[in-house]
Parts: sequence; structure tokens; C-alpha cells
Amino acid sequence: MANKVLSVIEQREGIIKKISYEAVSVGVSLAKELNLEFEAVVIGSEIEGLSNLGNYGAAKITHLKNADLHNFSSSAYSELTSNYAKEVNASVIILGNTSFGNELTPRIAVKLNSACIVDCINLTVEGDEIIATRPVYAGKAYIKSKLHSDVKIYTIRPNVFKAEKVSDQSPEIKVEEISNPNLKTKVVAYKKSEGKLDVAEANIIVAGGRGMKGPEHFNLIESLAEVLGAAVGASRAVVDAGWRPHSEQVGQTGKTVSPSLYIACGISGAIQHLAGMSSSKYIVAINKDKDAPIFSIADYGIAGDVFEILPVLTEEIKKIKS
Amino acid sequence: MKIAVCISHVPDTATRIKIGSDRKSIDPNGVTYILNPYDEFAIEEALKTKEKSGADTVVYAISVGGETNKETIRKALAMGVDEGVLLKDDQPRDSFGIARALSEEIKSLGCEIVFFGKQSVDFDNSITGQLTAELLNYNCIPVVVDLKLEGNKVIAEREIEGGREVVETEIPVVITAQKGLNEPRYASLKGIMAAKKKNIAEKPAVAYSALTETIDMSLPPSKQPGRILGTDSSAVPELVKLLREEAKVI
Ligand SMILES: Cc1cc2nc3c(=O)[nH]c(=O)nc-3n(C[C@H](O)[C@H](O)[C@H](O)COP(=O)(O)OP(=O)(O)OC[C@H]3O[C@@H](n4cnc5c(N)ncnc54)[C@H](O)[C@@H]3O)c2cc1C
Ligand SMILES: Nc1ncnc2c1ncn2[C@@H]1O[C@H](COP(=O)(O)O)[C@@H](O)[C@H]1O
Repeated sequence: MANKVLSVIEQREGIIKKISYEAVSVGVSLAKELNLEFEAVVIGSEIEGLSNLGNYGAAKITHLKNADLHNFSSSAYSELTSNYAKEVNASVIILGNTSFGNELTPRIAVKLNSACIVDCINLTVEGDEIIATRPVYAGKAYIKSKLHSDVKIYTIRPNVFKAEKVSDQSPEIKVEEISNPNLKTKVVAYKKSEGKLDVAEANIIVAGGRGMKGPEHFNLIESLAEVLGAAVGASRAVVDAGWRPHSEQVGQTGKTVSPSLYIACGISGAIQHLAGMSSSKYIVAINKDKDAPIFSIADYGIAGDVFEILPVLTEEIKKIKS
Repeated sequence: MKIAVCISHVPDTATRIKIGSDRKSIDPNGVTYILNPYDEFAIEEALKTKEKSGADTVVYAISVGGETNKETIRKALAMGVDEGVLLKDDQPRDSFGIARALSEEIKSLGCEIVFFGKQSVDFDNSITGQLTAELLNYNCIPVVVDLKLEGNKVIAEREIEGGREVVETEIPVVITAQKGLNEPRYASLKGIMAAKKKNIAEKPAVAYSALTETIDMSLPPSKQPGRILGTDSSAVPELVKLLREEAKVI
């Protein structure tokens, strides 16, 4: 009898990712509503701070361990996760919709002969069914859907579900040594972008568009991002012009983001840009054209010149932060 | 060698979405359909791989869907793909149904290198490549921005949050293409003419019963129009105050 909700913990370089707390919170609350047990599983070598997950309601965590699993390996991780899900009779599995979750989820689904719904922004229980809501057409529409497979797998959009501290108990952590993981596909190196926060993970994003007039003016964006602890984002126009790297592009063919605060500077708000950021909790627009479409979705706007406004905004925030 | 590239036929990204009368899909009236933007990178990489590998290599473009998907297949043929395959199903399928049909066809063609786009800009699932790989028991590297094939060995760089991973595996392999992998070529006039004469094989997509069920489609909740606080930096103190006290985000 399938009787468990299983959240899959994501770690990189032995550090637990923020999304994992969200995945635990979602798993714990679904388990409660469905009257199922909850547990969490993590794969890796040495991992720091696993017991913190207890605060979010993970009473039992299994660590599948092997030195060769320090680096991500899609073949090993998907095999181990699906085998573990079978072993504990998981009926619901939760992962984050990150590059980790996106790579593993479909593979686990096939291995378990089941199906998944990805990038959920809401999961509710109606009767004994889970109804998932997710954006499609880059956020231009929402769909509600459900799964008909035995095992049901969901990935949750980062930054949307709240990670809630519900206990101060330490979890029971069981370490299982793994022998001969399947390393057919493996990560051999990780090239970290230098000291930069990624838009997909940031709580605040300061984004610049063609209104910044040239790559040399992005220091205005970077300074504001720095005082806010924010990531730098960009419109496709400036990425295509080579002013900024593609990893910063927000939009339909860039990244989809939902930070707490998105500050759009010199961005017109083309439909493809809005598609990637309209689910941000608060949106600020600075654009000298008061009719720019970005203002239609901004909470607060200043219809003025970025070159005049940005330095003042940076100074003002510096003041309150000190 | 045989190479496959799987392509989808999607609404133009500039489309404003209207919900259809069934409230489960979009209203297709007035929507222009295009080759999925990420699949252009997949096609380009397939063609580059062919160019490096010798004259007897054949590139197949495969699409699952209705008759109109042929327009998108034709575009791939015009870029230089050799053969088109339409796996026909007039009903929309979920990703599992698409992957099932693709994997059967790839198996029977015997393609050992398969390219996908990283994401189809309709349902934005980003899973069809991985599903197909798993069904075929092929290795898989998604979201690739740099690719090297050396004999049986595959070395790829993929984009992840905050950096890149260098991944190694072997053929047979599924690669999903991210922007940055290459610069897709334009179809030349000669290519467009030649595409008219190329063959598009049409076969029914293997039967499949859906594992996912759409209950309802709706427009996202509309936002209250925001406040314009001013036209110059004199509005900054108020903006900061609102962000701090009303939004509580800084
Ligand atoms: C298939 C496809 C996919 C796409 N995907 C994406 C995507 O993922 N992301 C994306 O962003 N776009 C995407 N686009 C492009 C999109 O359509 C727009 O072209 C792009 O977003 C415009 O970028 P922008 O706002 O920086 O530039 P513009 O539209 O040129 O806007 C510049 C703005 O700056 C303002 N401005 C100028 N000077 C100043 C000043 N001194 N102070 C203040 N404001 C100023 C102007 O009023 C204007 O509103 C896509 C397009 C296609 C066809
Ligand atoms: N109907 C389809 N026919 C062929 N290939 C498809 C189809 N739908 C999606 N794909 C491929 O799968 C990739 C990822 O799509 P998705 O998982 O829907 O985001 C696309 O970029 C295409 O390469």
C-alpha cells in the first residue's frame, strides 16, 4: 500500500538549497491533509545542516551516501530516488522546479511508471485528490490539473510556497551507504558564475533594458542590486545586443522568476518580458515613457529618467540599510 | 549515422492568450503558430553534427500533432534537415503521450543522437526530452549550451542556477538545447525550394491514454493597476517608504 509523501532534498556542494525547505513544507502539509506519513530523502556525500530540515517538519530523513555522489549524476540520482520511493511505498513525491528537479522528475516518473506535474504554484487537496495549479504559455494562462498515475509527482516553483518553521525537534537521520552508483551520466566540473546571485534564486531582482543605453551604464543597476542584495536581470534586447549574458535574461525565452521584488529599469514591458516576471510579488518600474506597458503590471512606478533616478534610489536605500 | 531532432509547433510568443470555450485549452482563432524557438537551436546542432560526421548521416525532424505541424516540419527541412516525420494525432497529448510516440519512432529509425529544445513555449514543461530518453534508455543531458562529441563520448556544458555544469556521458544520448548553444542558420531560398520536394512521412502516433487531466484553464488573476509616484527622483523617498512599509520587501 502506497502510504507516504516523500520530499526530495536538493543539495549542491554539500549545502542544502533553499527550495528544499519549501519542498519539505509542502510535503508535510500535503501529508497532513491526505493522512499520510511524511519523510525526506537526500543524495550526496558530506552534507551540512541536514538537521535544520527538522524545523520544517521533516521528522525522518534518509541520506543515501557515497563519496562519488558529491557531484550530481542524473543517472545515479534518478535511479536511487525512484528505488527509494518504491522501497518506502511513496505515493506522492515533491521536488523543486530547479534544474535539479527538472532533470530528475521526468526520469523518476518513467521509472515509477507514473506521471508528474511540473512548476506548480498551488497544490490543494480536494477530497482525496491533489489539484495542481501551474502557469502555462509563460504565465499568460493558468491551468488546474490532476494526475491519474499511481505515484504522483509534483515540482514546485521556487519562492512561491512558504517554508514554515513548525517544530524545533531534531529529525531522525538515517544514513544508507550506497555501493556502485550508476555514474553513466555525471557532472565532472561545476563552473560557478563569480560571486553572482542567479535571477532564478534571488529574492530581489534589479533588471535593466535598452533604456540603459549601453553596457557601460549597467554599473547603475549593479550598484542598486548590491545595496539590496539582489540579482541583476536583463531584457532580451540587451542580451541580444551582447551587453549582458544570457543567464540574466528574464522572459519567455529566458528565465521565469517570481521574486518578492522586481525593479524594471528602462524596460518597455513587451509581452515576452512580462511573461517571465509577472508573478513577482511586487513590481517597480522606472521608465521615462509613462505609457510603457510595464506600468500596467507595476505596483509602483516612476515615469522618469533612469540616469537621474537610479543613483538617488541607491543612495536612499543605502541610508536605510546602514 | 542517424540523428533525430524533435520539434513542436507552438503559438507565436507575441500571442495574447484567450481561453477556449471548453475552458481547458486556448482559443486558437487568430493565433499564429511557429516552430518552437528553442527547437531552432536543436535543429542547428543536429545539422552541425551531421556536417562534422560525414555524408551518409541522415537527420530526421519528428513532430507529434495535427496536419498543421507540417508547416513547422517544412521549416526544419528548409534549414537543411533531410527527412520529416509527422506522428499524427489530432487530439492534444500530454508530454508523456508525446514522448511515448517519439520514442517508438526514434527506436524504429535507429537514431542514436537525438536533439530536443529545452522547452516548448506552450505548456513550458521542459520534460519531453528527458521522458523520451528514459523511455529509450538513452543517456540525457538537458539545457545544453556547449556540446562536444568525440567518438562515443559526449561532453556538454549545461546551464544551472548560478553557473554551469560540465557533464560527461556516452552515445546513445538525448540533448536538449538552450539558447547560446549555437546561432541557428536562416533557411536559404535554395533550402526553401528544396524543402518543397522533400518527403514528410506521416504515421499515426502510437495510442496512449493520458495520465494527466486538465480540469480548468483560466487567465491569471489580473493585477490592480499600479501607482505612478512621480516623474523624477523627488519620488524616490516615497517609493522607498512604500517598499518598506506597505510592501515590506526591503
Ligand atoms: C520569440 C521571441 C522571444 C522573446 N523572448 C524574450 C524574453 O525572454 N525576454 C525579453 O525581455 N524579451 C523577449 N523578447 C523580446 C521582446 O519582444 C522585446 O523586444 C524586448 O523585451 C524589449 O526589451 P527592452 O524593454 O529592453 O527594450 P525596448 O522595448 O526598446 O524598451 C526600452 C525602454 O526603455 C525606456 N527608456 C529609454 N530611455 C530611458 C531612460 N533614459 N530612462 C528610463 N527609461 C528609458 C523606453 O521608454 C522603453 O520603454 C522576445 C521576442 C521574441 C520574438
Ligand atoms: N508535439 C511534439 N512533437 C515533437 N517534439 C516535441 C513536441 N512537444 C515537445 N517536443 C520537444 O520537446 C521539447 C520540450 O518540450 P516540453 O517538454 O513540452 O517543454 C521541445 O523543445 C521539443 O523539442
